[in-house]
Amino acid sequence: MKHVNRAVPKVDARAIVTGKPIYTDDLAPKDCLIVKVLRSPHAHALIRHVKKDAALKVPGIEAIFTFEDCPDKRFTLAGQTYPEPSPYDRLILDQRVRFVGDPVAIVAGETEAAVQKALKLLRVDYGVLEPVLDFRKALDNTILVHPEENWRSLCPVGADNHRNLCAQGCEAEGDVEQVLAECDYVVDQIYHTKANQQSMMENFCAYSYVDTYDRLTVVSSTQVPFHARRILAHALDIPKAKVRVVKPRIGGGFGAKQTAVMEMYPAFVTWKTRKPAKMVFTREESLTASSPRHEMEMHVRVGADKSGRIRAIALHTLSNTGAFGEHGPTTVGLSGHKSIPLYGKLDAFSFTYDVVYTNTMAAGAYRGYGATQGIFAVESAVNELAEKMEMDPTVLREKNMVKEGQIMPAYYHETATSCALDRCMARAKEMIGWDEKYPCRDMGNGKVRGVGVAMAMQGSGIANVDTGSVTIKVNDDGFYSLMIGASDMGTGCDTILAQMACDCLDCEMENIIVSGVDTDVSPYDCGSYASSTTYVTGMAVVKACEELRDKILRRGAAKLGCSMEEVEFDGNSITCLATKKSVTMKDLANESLCGNEDALEVTAAHSSPNSPPPFMVGIAEVEVDRETGKIEPVDYVAVVDCGTVINPSLARVQTEGGIAQGIGMALYEDVVYSAKGKDYSNSLMQYRIPTRLDLGNVRVDFESSYEEQGPFGAKSIGEIVINTPSPAIASAVHHAVGGYYRELPITPEKVYWETR
Amino acid sequence: MELHFILNGKPADALIKADTILLDLLREKGCYSVKRGCDTSGCGLCTVLINGVPSLSCSVLAARVEGKQVTTLEGMEREAAVFGEFLTAEGAEQCGYCTPGLIMNILAMEKELNHPSEEEVKEYLAGNLCRCSGYMGQMRAIMKYLNRAEGGDDSEACQ
Repeated sequence: MKHVNRAVPKVDARAIVTGKPIYTDDLAPKDCLIVKVLRSPHAHALIRHVKKDAALKVPGIEAIFTFEDCPDKRFTLAGQTYPEPSPYDRLILDQRVRFVGDPVAIVAGETEAAVQKALKLLRVDYGVLEPVLDFRKALDNTILVHPEENWRSLCPVGADNHRNLCAQGCEAEGDVEQVLAECDYVVDQIYHTKANQQSMMENFCAYSYVDTYDRLTVVSSTQVPFHARRILAHALDIPKAKVRVVKPRIGGGFGAKQTAVMEMYPAFVTWKTRKPAKMVFTREESLTASSPRHEMEMHVRVGADKSGRIRAIALHTLSNTGAFGEHGPTTVGLSGHKSIPLYGKLDAFSFTYDVVYTNTMAAGAYRGYGATQGIFAVESAVNELAEKMEMDPTVLREKNMVKEGQIMPAYYHETATSCALDRCMARAKEMIGWDEKYPCRDMGNGKVRGVGVAMAMQGSGIANVDTGSVTIKVNDDGFYSLMIGASDMGTGCDTILAQMACDCLDCEMENIIVSGVDTDVSPYDCGSYASSTTYVTGMAVVKACEELRDKILRRGAAKLGCSMEEVEFDGNSITCLATKKSVTMKDLANESLCGNEDALEVTAAHSSPNSPPPFMVGIAEVEVDRETGKIEPVDYVAVVDCGTVINPSLARVQTEGGIAQGIGMALYEDVVYSAKGKDYSNSLMQYRIPTRLDLGNVRVDFESSYEEQGPFGAKSIGEIVINTPSPAIASAVHHAVGGYYRELPITPEKVYWETR
Repeated sequence: MELHFILNGKPADALIKADTILLDLLREKGCYSVKRGCDTSGCGLCTVLINGVPSLSCSVLAARVEGKQVTTLEGMEREAAVFGEFLTAEGAEQCGYCTPGLIMNILAMEKELNHPSEEEVKEYLAGNLCRCSGYMGQMRAIMKYLNRAEGGDDSEACQ
């Protein structure tokens, strides 16, 4: 392999590092109407009337829309394959507002100043209602978040809007109560993770215009262009054929942009006015009216026998989907499906869940997608179990971790076809010096350093659902166009997919061009989420290239007057092994542009019947100040089994970035609401993501298994890497100074009070 | 009001309002490398040089650059590309949205600090947020970049 498993620089690197105008807001036409929304100050209210005459008189104001102007057909903003598991509970604007920040009116005008002025002049008569803010009290509350008759759930996810229920379910194997009763050691605890903001550096933004063919074009910073096309058609109640979505470079997503958070506002303005329109969220909007991680409360019971075999895990997850149900029914599943199967010797497990509506900001998809929450709970409980048994937590895991070849009953009975979790553990312990450092070292200055460990898994795409397709075509002189529908959001999929194509076609990176996504011309791809691109779309690249090779060979053979079996293609020329005659790819390509009836072009699609999990081990070393409770991350080692590493530098940075976000979740990041439901975490001052001073050192290594079903043996990497820091750090702090940290983030105050 | 300043080495004029923010003016002038990432002067994405000093253009009134030299990444493309080679070798540019502001500060740091340690680099760049990379790859790139001359040839990065 010449390109796969090499640190090839990203194909868009030069434009990125020289600051070229490649992002949505850089590309927007200068005459776009500026679009903003008026947001509700109440967590729950019915709008009686919006008085807009004064606002409409502001010079430069083009239009003001309220709920009366919007279609009354509900839809979801979740970027999922149709029919979406997320309930259809949204309107562009609704008479009922359901969280502080819910849009009340859309204002479009020529300048930002005019729009700001008009927003201030709008007068809204609200019938203020009691909100339901505590997700523990939401189920069967008399206050309903979605009492409306036209609320719909398309999939059997156990949803019931008259119970504030977005989803409900249970799975079990064996008699978990019986097995737990037989266990010598049982940990029975409740863990709580908060909402977290993806906080990608580029805020949500999109612009729209009507094109030559009277169609709506929306250029958006989105991870899901094809889903966004469907969502916009649903929202505006227009035919899908009327919508085109284009994705330029994206300034980060991490799942935030797997929900079409705001495309509908400029799109609606454009469709109504026929004028180009643009909306760029402020950071405050991106933090208060977006799509953060689902807050979850998880009740874990885990039991082991005297020998240290973990025999049963029972998990109940309560998830807060907020005002709308985007990704509610699906994220919760991962809290169990990606945590319980880490343990391969269970006699029984049970996994039950409720997902509830509240009058807080709607949740969405964030890297890890429920697995992060479930792994914090289960891995924390296993760490507590190890302590109860007076056993080294790495040893307890070594005895119980899932091994290659095992069937995972809690993971849809899939087999762990590739798993190097044992090697990840051994390598991580070696890297950190576990045996010397566990459980803690007193530094003699009032500070103690502790270490903590956690394991994690994720999936590689959604089995039987996720679909990736690519088109590869031969152009003049034999250069290739690789057209993909997957959204590179900085992760580098444009690059790694081209690397794969290079090895399939024996060519150099310069010989392949990759295009961004345009739903009018790109082959269909469900989008970049669920850790699917490398594994699913990567396999589509392999398939397409194989078919194209066949076409090239067939054409070459015809040209050389020999059979398909006699010709060979080395990337540069096609040679007949019998006659030694050859034709260059350049000539073959150029001839295919003249008098040709068979396009040198292939489109291939791929979907996988299963979703092979990547695995990893993370070990944290933290230093805790006994007096103040201040926690300083010192060192973090992460060893990942993502199958074959397609691009070592990009995979390493994915891992480092995921660990950093995980450390943020563990120690700093918190979405805090007032008693009336106002989100206080409305700026990067209040919602503090880690700076480069807040992380300590992060070290990464890979222990690769080989996944037969993946392209070149690869699995996924993007999401798993955020899952270990929270449980590993919680345990490290516990080892350092004591106390239990079952609610995130672990702040100095919590440590102070836990250790008093 | 009328504004006269030097933008990336060339004289520039603009008709501005009293409350025009420098960031918005620069983007209006086609300097799209200047990004807005927050509303609270806390992300570093909009960093430009005013008379050679790194400044947050989101927090400077355009009127304050009257007669001054303003430099954006567009004016330092060659220097940016040299550091950029180191950054992309690590795969640490990722989404790239924070990159222009970061590079402006790194180039300023290079002039200001003599052989900074990793700790000094972290302090200097603490105001440049990045959500993709976790900063480690950036640090590897920065240290290799700063030490490039000592490794022998200045043009090593371009090979």
